Amino acid sequence: MKYCYKVPCKKEMLKEIRCFVKEVLDKHGLSEVDVSTLVLAIDEVCANLIIHSHCCNPKESIEVEINVDKDKGLIFNIIDKAEIFNINEYQEPTLEDIIKKQRKGGIGLILVKKIMDDIQIYSDKKKHVCRLVKKIHIN
Amino acid sequence: MVDIKRIQEEGYDVIVIVGEVDASSSIELDNAISDAVKSGKKKLLVDCTSLEYISSAGLGVFMSYIEEFKRNDINLVIFGLNDKVANVFEILGLDQLLKIEGTKEEAKALLG
Repeated sequence: MKYCYKVPCKKEMLKEIRCFVKEVLDKHGLSEVDVSTLVLAIDEVCANLIIHSHCCNPKESIEVEINVDKDKGLIFNIIDKAEIFNINEYQEPTLEDIIKKQRKGGIGLILVKKIMDDIQIYSDKKKHVCRLVKKIHIN
Repeated sequence: MVDIKRIQEEGYDVIVIVGEVDASSSIELDNAISDAVKSGKKKLLVDCTSLEYISSAGLGVFMSYIEEFKRNDINLVIFGLNDKVANVFEILGLDQLLKIEGTKEEAKALLG
């Protein structure tokens, strides 16, 4: 099954994105903690794109696509048209570094990498896609 | 989306977080902790019994104060995390870096 949700690039839309992802995952028998963890990962990627790639420009948009596959698990595609940001090439800081330098950011992508099983980035002329895969049992 | 109150009780301040702390609302948590630190209070409790969600933006706020708390001898104890929120702290190992207790009584005991 495939679910899609497109939103303007406003920070206030993050809550709507979380509601959409939760609503979809709740339909497929995942535990409450699994749902909340996956919602968090999608929130982190979307927040990163909305704030850093789109500078919160409401005229631009991102799209969240969720594919639920009984064999492969969950595939989330986050689609946009901004400059590509390759999460796999991003060297996240260590927690020690963040604490020492009193940084407030930098841990979102650590969370995403810990939560998801696979992250792929690809693009064509029209769009960029951040694909997040979670191998999990689906009802 | 988030409502944050600071309540002065005898000997300590309590920061009460109600709702969701994400990239759009973490500034409010930051302001509340910053105000409490500036007021010179050395003992702070953070009541998370009504905290429904926290993303890295909120976690980052807590992390950014760890050094300052150490330097200024400020004791901050978080309590009342629900299972989903506690799980987020655990994924990053923040439960080892921050003082987290189950109940307000336990948190008060840790404040000393």
